[in-house]
Amino acid sequence: MIEFCGLHLAHPIINGSGTFDAIAAQRVFGEALLDEFPFAAYVSKTITLQARAGNPPPRLWEAAGGMINSIGLPNKGLAGYLEQDLPQLAQLPVPLITNVMGSTGEELAQLVGACDEREEIAAIELNVSCPNVKTGLDIGADPGQLEAVVGECRGHTRKPLIVKLTPNTADVPACARAAEAGGADAVSLINTLRAMALAPGTASPWLGGGSGGLSGPAIRVVALAQVAAVAASVAIPVVGMGGVQRAAHARDLIEAGATLVAVGSESFRDPTVGRTIARELTALS
Amino acid sequence: MSEWGAAPAPLERRLLTVLGVERLGAYRVLRVADVETPEPRPGQFAMLAAAERWGGGEDERPYLARAFSVARRRVGESHFLLEDVGPGTKRLCELGEGDGLWALGPLGKGFDPPTERRRAILVGGGVGIAPLAILQDALEAEAEREVTVLLGFRDRERAEGAALLRGARVATDDGSVGHHGLLTELLADELARDARAVVYACGPAPMLEAVRTMCASEDVPAQLALEAGMACGFGACFGCAVPKRGGGYLRVCLDGPVIDAAELEHVDAHAGAPA
Repeated sequence: MIEFCGLHLAHPIINGSGTFDAIAAQRVFGEALLDEFPFAAYVSKTITLQARAGNPPPRLWEAAGGMINSIGLPNKGLAGYLEQDLPQLAQLPVPLITNVMGSTGEELAQLVGACDEREEIAAIELNVSCPNVKTGLDIGADPGQLEAVVGECRGHTRKPLIVKLTPNTADVPACARAAEAGGADAVSLINTLRAMALAPGTASPWLGGGSGGLSGPAIRVVALAQVAAVAASVAIPVVGMGGVQRAAHARDLIEAGATLVAVGSESFRDPTVGRTIARELTALS
Repeated sequence: MSEWGAAPAPLERRLLTVLGVERLGAYRVLRVADVETPEPRPGQFAMLAAAERWGGGEDERPYLARAFSVARRRVGESHFLLEDVGPGTKRLCELGEGDGLWALGPLGKGFDPPTERRRAILVGGGVGIAPLAILQDALEAEAEREVTVLLGFRDRERAEGAALLRGARVATDDGSVGHHGLLTELLADELARDARAVVYACGPAPMLEAVRTMCASEDVPAQLALEAGMACGFGACFGCAVPKRGGGYLRVCLDGPVIDAAELEHVDAHAGAPA
């Protein structure tokens, strides 16, 4: 058993937000998904106040050792999530962490407050890789802004609050300290690295959204460096992720200071890899 | 319709053994030993990746598994149709007898059987003929079902792929085999002869869009098997979005790959998959 922000988890492997749709997976794989759920906690995809259709296709590009995605956070919006998705996600055999994003502190606080009222939700993760509507800067890239936003959210919940840090900033440990100062119970990193691909033979971006986020084995070494730097800078627990494919990669992140490890893109290639990593991690230690 | 039902896919990807990779003109037929996989519904697909040396090709790819329609089932075997058009398909074409293949599936929503008394017209372009082969097998297993097969290819070498199905009328872009011109010209002929039909189509996006437009104007139901870049095949990545009629998107892996033409505003030319 792993203790994480007051949650008791069977093992340290969870999923990265937006990399596993448990409701879709149950449609595809049936009850086997619940019997052999690959993760010790389930992190939802990002929920926003209003419903979003997502970015125009194409949304994916296969890069060297990974992929670039520009999905655009499609979701049913807060009301749709609470009414339609939450009852289904509550049936999962593991604690539910709901990931939310807003473009202002007020929006985020409203989302956090709504999640706080639902006992099905065990913890809340803040996606702060969203541009501030006024400044255009990612909220999570600016320590001052981040501390204020986390502080505002903190006032709306007593559930564990995890801040998902962006790697696309000069000083990630400074942002982690800001999240901690704002009252975060944990930080998670790394989100995808901003990346781009051109449509073959053209000067135009391939992705419908222009640029996107790089994930997969290509970012593993970057993740290890950032997790190590952040874990050395804060006292709160760290959820490490980025390019994890095998137990050895998860162990590296744990050695670097992570309490939990999230698997993302590798689940696309193998939906049960989370369980395999958890099992092999036990054998390694 | 029950005999075309689909069981849930096994949660684990399975390590299958390659029985052979046979040349069919410009294509390859990949045959794998596959005893345990639930019987796929025609039109369903699997995510495939070579067990060895998947990665390290051109541009350090492939990384993601690739989606392939099940082209045919034989006792204890699954067949897939390949065309070497990128690092993933290239690696799969290199497989030989005894090699390992990771497979997840069968995935997605397949074709629906024709409603009573309608003729089935199968319209396939290029490597997109694959799901029509297993569909033809299923349709011809039914008594008194009339099936018409129309296949289009770029050139003579690719037109050899027509041998995957039985009794096809063929069109080629260069006129080297069969009708010199567009596949949709053959379809227009057939619909003029008897429009009491259901059209089943798979192929390049411009072909599917032409089929969709023609069927819509003739008021003929059409089921289109789409292709889109996807990372997972089971609804996790949201990469395979195609625009839905009336706004929003469908996920090709979950809502398709076979989608009723009436659900689409148009077939998106950008729907290309990582090859």
